[in-house]
Amino acid sequence: MMARKYMRSSDALALGVFGCLLAFPFFGGDFYIQLITKIMILSIFAMSLNLLVGFTGLVSLGHATFYGLGAYALVFSSPQYDPANLWLTLPFSMLAASAAALIIGTFVLRTNGVYFIMVTLAFAQMVYYIFHDGKFSGGSDGVYIYAKPEMRLFGLDLLDLEKTFNFYLLALFAMAFCYGALRVMLHSLFGRTLLGIRTNERRMLSLGYATFRYKLVSFVIAGAFAGLSGYLSAAQFGFVNPSFLGWHQSAQALIMVILGGMGTLSGPILGTFALVLLQEFLSELTQRWLLLMGGVIILAVIKLPHGLAGGLTTLFSARKCTLRAWPRIQSVFSVLDFRHHAARLKFIGRILSQTLRKTAASMRKRTSAK
Amino acid sequence: MDPAIFLIQVLNGVQYGLLLFLVASGLTLIFGIMGIINLAHGSFYMIGAYLAYALTSLSGSLLLAVLAAVPLTLILGFLLERLFFSYLYNRDHLYQVLLTYGLILIFEELRSILAGNDVHSVTVPSQLSASIPLTDTLSYPVYRLFLSAVCLAIAAGMYLLIQRTRLGMIIRAGAYNPEMVRSLGIDIRLLYSGVFALGVGLAAFAGMIAAPVSSISPGMGDSVLITSFVVVVIGGIGSVKGTMAAALLVGLADTFGQVLLPQAAGMIVYLLMALVLLWRREGLFGKTV
Repeated sequence: MMARKYMRSSDALALGVFGCLLAFPFFGGDFYIQLITKIMILSIFAMSLNLLVGFTGLVSLGHATFYGLGAYALVFSSPQYDPANLWLTLPFSMLAASAAALIIGTFVLRTNGVYFIMVTLAFAQMVYYIFHDGKFSGGSDGVYIYAKPEMRLFGLDLLDLEKTFNFYLLALFAMAFCYGALRVMLHSLFGRTLLGIRTNERRMLSLGYATFRYKLVSFVIAGAFAGLSGYLSAAQFGFVNPSFLGWHQSAQALIMVILGGMGTLSGPILGTFALVLLQEFLSELTQRWLLLMGGVIILAVIKLPHGLAGGLTTLFSARKCTLRAWPRIQSVFSVLDFRHHAARLKFIGRILSQTLRKTAASMRKRTSAK
Repeated sequence: MDPAIFLIQVLNGVQYGLLLFLVASGLTLIFGIMGIINLAHGSFYMIGAYLAYALTSLSGSLLLAVLAAVPLTLILGFLLERLFFSYLYNRDHLYQVLLTYGLILIFEELRSILAGNDVHSVTVPSQLSASIPLTDTLSYPVYRLFLSAVCLAIAAGMYLLIQRTRLGMIIRAGAYNPEMVRSLGIDIRLLYSGVFALGVGLAAFAGMIAAPVSSISPGMGDSVLITSFVVVVIGGIGSVKGTMAAALLVGLADTFGQVLLPQAAGMIVYLLMALVLLWRREGLFGKTV
């Protein structure tokens, strides 16, 4: 019951966000459209990490590996100067990222708890060094992508992604798709099993669930979505370098998940917006903005353990406790409540008719007494 | 490989391994006793190195710098535990990861404000700047041998402290059952602050004495942090013996990797970790669950 309520207010929140985002490009300038595009792409990354952290109970500190691999896969699959074909390169990126997630997952999922955190970090660093030291990947300088991918189908260019607005739409669509896919998945039996594993893996194991397989599938799906996000990032910025794979990228995604509220569907989106906008704001404010950022992160951990979405949903579901005046406000408005009027009219009517009957009866008595 | 060069590589590997042990043992101490995973541990190593640099350029002597810096780092550790880490007991590892990541950002930025982004170096103290000749052309610097000896002495001291003293007994009991220790009338908060300060002190001390043989640069904390994670994973969490074995293994693997396979040097230790995990998922000396 509680869980259903939680999901529902979360959905309402997300619908509101999608509506606003669809309307935004008609009001915002080019700079802000690009900024929001970046945020939406990163929020896909945060959502994919939330599938692991919030819904499966796996705190991964190496999720940027799949983000970076998705980005590098675009580089390797696109021609040097011409635009790549989105219909071919995008599935390739997601496949490459999920294949890597399958391989790395079979290693890291053998461990749990704090070991899992360290091992995911170490594997991520391994991949980082492969790309950082390798000649094939352009080393620490990275690689430039000169043209955005095209959506060419049967010789027809469906959407020119070089236009800021169109790319914005693509990112919005990808984010909505990711949200919808996770929404459907988490309400399925598979998603319920993941939640069960998060709560108590031993119990699920003794109920006969092969928890390792569930966790691995979850890891691979999260990897695929991270790859999608990396692909879009690479396409938007026009370059890829090893910092895409670095552990600071993973840590940032964790902060987005926590800041927004882990274990909620819309939390990571909120968290990404909050974090990136905060970064923009703080870096406008001062050169030493990382100092402030660190402080904000520490405060968020201490004061906001359930994140922004958690804070909002608890406010809504427990409004009778938080808003003490609510019953009184309701009683004021109850004057206007039609049902109450009807009852009152009926009551007055009954009294009136009773008195009428009584007076009529007493008058009859009097007349009969005469 | 020439035997003399081989010997030099072995000595280098052991020295690097012992240094890693100092850092990783602080990490494993803090995790084993307080249950906290501390990402800012690499920053303490960095702080140690920068303190050594700053105080050496002030006083002109590395020995004086270290003597002054060690109490400073202990106080820093004590204060940090009181200010931030006390929020993290019994919280999910996720929050520990995030709060300590926030600390990393703050330390990195403070370093950048106070010391800039240039690469610094500390000269080897003159009493230890000699070299021991191995062959006609090859020699080995005395400071590196001194470094290994100091690390070994600290490791032995740690062992004696934890295994043979009353304080060590209380620390071990605190790791096993903090409630019981508290009900015996021991101030567990003070104990935790002390253990944390000790861990910080170990990492910072490693940074100080390594300063003359390594360049002091931005990002040095990151690489040390991740390598010491690998050491802890290979050795098995909570096992000091395992940490020592893994540190030496990683030190040797990294040193020989850079000589024999320079193209893949960056990832040799991670490959080693993957192999160990395939074989034993709780590490070499970890408890199998």
